[in-house]
Formats: sequence, structure tokens, C-alpha cells
Amino acid sequence: MAGTLLFNALREAIDEEMGRDPHVCVMGEDVGHYGGSYKVTKDLAEKYGDLRVLDTPIAENGFTGMAVGAAMTGLRPIVEGMNMGFLLLAFNQISNNMGMLRYTSGGNFTIPTVVRGPGGVGRQLGAEHSQRLEAYFHAVPGIKIVACSTPTNAKGLMKAAIRDNNPVLFFEHVLLYNLTEELPEGDYTCALDQADLVQEGTDVTILTYSRMRHHCLKAVEQLEAEGVSVELIDLISLKPFDMETISRSIRKTNKVIVVEECMKTGGIGAELIALITEQCFDDLDARPVRLSSQDIPTPYNGSLENLTIIQPHQIVEAAQALVNKGI
Amino acid sequence: MGQDLAVDSAPIGTATAGPHAERLSKLVTAQRATVDRDTGLDLYRDMTLGRRFEDKCAEMYYRGKMFGFVHLYNGQEAVSTGVIGAMKRQHDWFCSTYRDHVHALSAGVPAREVMSELFGKETGCSKGRGGSMHLFSKEHHLLGGFAFIAEGIPVALGSAFTSRYKRDALGDASSNAVTAAFFGDGTCNNGQFFECMNMAQLWKLPIIFVVENNKWAIGMAHDRATSDPEIWRKASSFGMAGEEVDGMDVLAVRAAAQRAVERARAGEGPTLLECLTYRFRGHSLADPDELRAEEEKQFWAKRDPLKALERDLTEAGLVNSDELRAIEKDIDSIVQDCVDFALSAPEPDPSELTRYIWAED
Repeated sequence: MAGTLLFNALREAIDEEMGRDPHVCVMGEDVGHYGGSYKVTKDLAEKYGDLRVLDTPIAENGFTGMAVGAAMTGLRPIVEGMNMGFLLLAFNQISNNMGMLRYTSGGNFTIPTVVRGPGGVGRQLGAEHSQRLEAYFHAVPGIKIVACSTPTNAKGLMKAAIRDNNPVLFFEHVLLYNLTEELPEGDYTCALDQADLVQEGTDVTILTYSRMRHHCLKAVEQLEAEGVSVELIDLISLKPFDMETISRSIRKTNKVIVVEECMKTGGIGAELIALITEQCFDDLDARPVRLSSQDIPTPYNGSLENLTIIQPHQIVEAAQALVNKGI
Repeated sequence: MGQDLAVDSAPIGTATAGPHAERLSKLVTAQRATVDRDTGLDLYRDMTLGRRFEDKCAEMYYRGKMFGFVHLYNGQEAVSTGVIGAMKRQHDWFCSTYRDHVHALSAGVPAREVMSELFGKETGCSKGRGGSMHLFSKEHHLLGGFAFIAEGIPVALGSAFTSRYKRDALGDASSNAVTAAFFGDGTCNNGQFFECMNMAQLWKLPIIFVVENNKWAIGMAHDRATSDPEIWRKASSFGMAGEEVDGMDVLAVRAAAQRAVERARAGEGPTLLECLTYRFRGHSLADPDELRAEEEKQFWAKRDPLKALERDLTEAGLVNSDELRAIEKDIDSIVQDCVDFALSAPEPDPSELTRYIWAED
């Protein structure tokens, strides 16, 4: 099957948007001549020039702040975090200036920026390169957070993020870049604030995002074989949550499992379950279940690393237990 | 004036006034700006507005009309007026710190908007959401008051990048806006300062890094915090133009700023301009200012930039003292007007508490 790799889907999105709007530009480490560490910006510097695809020095705080100033004065920068973890070095610029400045300025300025890059637990990359910053940034006001999970939504979401007038943190996953899929024809976008109903079902709702979508799909296959009907929802938007889609599903299944790759404490699931408890309490027939990574720095050793994050069999077991338990 | 001033100030020995004073005393001013009568009056007016606005802020703060941390600019007026006065308002861009009232005024933000922001009112330049340390005005190209040390510098670099991008990537030959980033001596030990100096010079961005070296980072004396107190010399590490200037002499600052603006507009890149100055008050209105030596304060008080400009303008026969007193009177009424305006201005509407989070609001 002729398909498009996820990293190329992102590249197509950036290329098309740069072609559509000359104010769109890219900045970050090795985005230009090297083409990006995961080749998301391959050949774009050649096509658009070194200024529009700007290779920056290794100075995350500096160039992220530069993107803020450029956005305030009319450009639409896309900042690549070579690894999203590096953006911890730019936390202040993302929080104080990207996120808060529009409000603090009483609406004087808008900050149309996209901060994108690979996050998540890869294959034995060690603790620092295996971070899930979506949880760290979740409390920052004024920022939209999305996570792509397929080539199709990667392209559509990226185009929507670039066109959005707000700062968007765009999480890719280091292990999903080589997913292949046939993309829809023509110019399309995916809504930044809408969850993706991956599969309809009646017994239990599973809420997930990013790479865990694929772990869940494996689990769903086995559960279906056992006669358990799963409704699988890819959150896509981590901030704000699409509570309409989520509530509708819980009203139908009355049971919910959150599967996430971030750590349990202060994670995406923590906030999500708090909201579900507030908004869907009467629709729940059982306590919500949260499957998260261990609250530890990701170990290098492969076996330990596997134990750190949720595996498909754990999703199967949790769903079986929840469904069989009854009311 | 630099060298001459120091000689004039014989009664106070520089040894007791400290190393910062000693530096100023030894400074030889390369060139001072020549101004005509109208420009001279404009400079005096801008500096007087800065001074008297801040004095009024202190009064209002102690009367419980404004809250939070309020950092006044007294003593440093020659820098704001000297630099911004050498640039084009509403064309060039200005980036400030938590000590931002006077930069905003020099950039042309109306005193009413600044004062009512300090009062937290809806009519403030940041709609009462920002406060003293977060003044913003897109209309007047004020990128903001940035309250954390050095965080404004990358933002300023971004606006300088936009100028170059518009010229070279969008083909707008008229794009020649220069950005002035103001910050203090304490900032020059922070990584963002160095990161941005490198990028600015690397890409020849039209930016002026204006260091207002007032010697004190709250209570940390400059020479106790940095290995080489001569900040302007750090420019050479990046192959950048660097200059030190008497920051109490508006004509010296203006001339240096004019040189930097010219370089930037010509596409020759950034300048690091170190202005030796002093704040006449504590770090903020919450600072009892007990640490700084009396001798040091007196040394700098004698170099009050407003008095220096008055001397210059009157000795050159451009204006007489009565005209300057008339300006002061005029400014006093502007300052009183902005207080009256701020006092009677409406509070933000509580129903708009969450407005301005998103671009669409």
C-alpha cells in the first residue's frame, strides 16, 4: 500500500503551510541543513531559505523566547524541540511569555506559535530523553496542548496548529514517526479541540492519547475476541479536554479507563479523572481506572523500561476486571 | 560630559563612593549629541515626565493606591530618554523589565494609561491585568515589561528577527525597525543575555542591548556578582560593537544610541551599550535601601541627569531656566491629571475575568 510515514505527514503539513503563508517559519536545532533530527523539516531550508527554516544555536531558552517576540510582531513561528525534554530549558519562555503574555498584556498581543517535537518513552533512551512534558505544561494558562498519533491526524493537526492564533504545544511520539498510512487527498485540517472516536463500543470507555492509542488497539483486539465491546477514544486535545465526546461515551458505557504514558502523579489522567468525577459521576457504574507510567525516572534497562510504562496486557486485564465486576 | 563631570565633583572622593563611581569618573565620553532648542526641550520634557511620574507613584503607593512590587526609575532617566529619543516611536520596538514605567512613557504610552494600569484599572495599557511590572502597548510598540530577569531579551530578539525576516524573507525593503532591549547589570550574568548576544550578532539582527548598569541587583553589588564588571567588553566575545557611556548624561546616551541605531538600520547588526547609571531610590518601594553607602548615593545625586541637561541647555544659551520651570509645571499638571483619571477610571468588569486568555477573546 502506498502510504505516508508520519514524519513525512508532518513535513507535508509544514511545507504546505509555509507555501500558503510566508509568515510561517521554523526555528530550532538542526531543523535546516540537517533536516531535523527526525527529518520532519527535511529539504525545507533548501526550498524556503535559511531565514525561514532557521538553524539555531543550542540555546532553547533564547530561541523559544525569540519565537515569542517574532510572533508578537507578526510572524507565525514553529519551534522544534529536538527532543521535547530539552524544552524544560525553555519552561519560563513557554509559561510566562507564550502562555501568559496575551492575558497579562490585556489582549495587546497574540502569540501564534507552535512548539513541536518528539516526546514519550522511546527505546532505551534513558531518563532525560524519555519525558512526557504534556503533564508538566498542563497547568500553564493560555496554551493548547495536542498529541498526534497517526499520520492522518499528525498532518491535519499540524496544519490546524499552524493556523491557530494561540500557542500550541504539539506532541509527537518518538516511536510513531515511522507509522505509515494513506493520507486524505488535498488540503485538510483536524480540529485541535476534538477527541477522535477511534472505535465505538458499549461495555467500557478507554481514553488514551499518543503512542498508547496503539497499545490500546492491541488490547481492544483481544478484548473483542473475548466478547468485550470497547469504545476507544483518542483524546488528541490534552488541553482543553473534549469533555463532550468523553461524557457522551461514559453515558453509554458507564465505565472508564484512562491509559496514559505520563507518570501517574500530576498526570494527564489525574486531571481527566478529576473532571470525569465532577461531570460524569452519576453516569459511572464503577470507579474510574487509571493506567499510567510509574512515578520514576525512566530506566535505561529494556526490561525495566517496559515495566515502567503500561503494556497492552495490563489494559486487557484492567478492562476485564472492570467489565466482569459489574455494578 | 563624563570626564568633566567627575572633575567637577571634587568634594566627594570616588574612593568612598565605590568602584562604579570610579568607573564613571574615569570615563571619557567619545561624543555627545548636538541638539537644537526644540530637541533639547523635548528631552527635558521626557525626563521630567519620567521623574515626576515616578515621584507621584511613590506617593500613591504609600497612600495605598497601588500595590505589589513597584520599581521606580529615578536617576536613570537619561537612558530611557537618550535611547528612545534617538529612535522612531511607533516604528521601532522597545522591550523593558519590571522597572518599566518610564520606558513606556518615553515610548509614547499616555501617562493616563500607565497610571491607571498601576491602579489596576480597565483603562490601563494592560487593562489592569498586568500591573507595574507588566506594561504592554502594541500601539506604541512596547513589547512589554518583563518581570523575570533576562526573559525580555529573547523576546526583543524576536522582534529584531521579524525586522530582518520582513526585509530578507518577505522582500519588504522598507523594513528597518530597530529593537531596544533594556535591562540591568544583574541580567548580564544570566544565560539568556549570552544566548541572545550570540544569535543577534550571528544573524546581524537590528537590536540594541541597553544595559542600565546601576550597580545594584537589589542588594548584590555589581562587582561582587560578575568577574569582569565592564559589561560592554563582553560584546567583543561575540564580535559585536560595544560601548560604555555616561548614563547620567542624556546627550552622551543619545549620541551612542544614534550610532547604534544607524548600525542596526544599515544591517550591520547589534550593539551592546552599557550605560553607567544609578537608581536614586531603593530597588522597589518595598526596599528600605539600607545597604548602599551614603557617600555613594551623594556621588550620583550630584550627577542628577535632569540638572545636567538643564546646565547644558542653559549654558549653551538654547533655553532659559524659566522655560524649564514652565515645562515642570506643565508636567505636574499632566501627572496630576493622570492620577485623577486613574482614580475615577472603572475597575475591570468581573465578568471579563477570563477574557484575553485566548486570541479570540
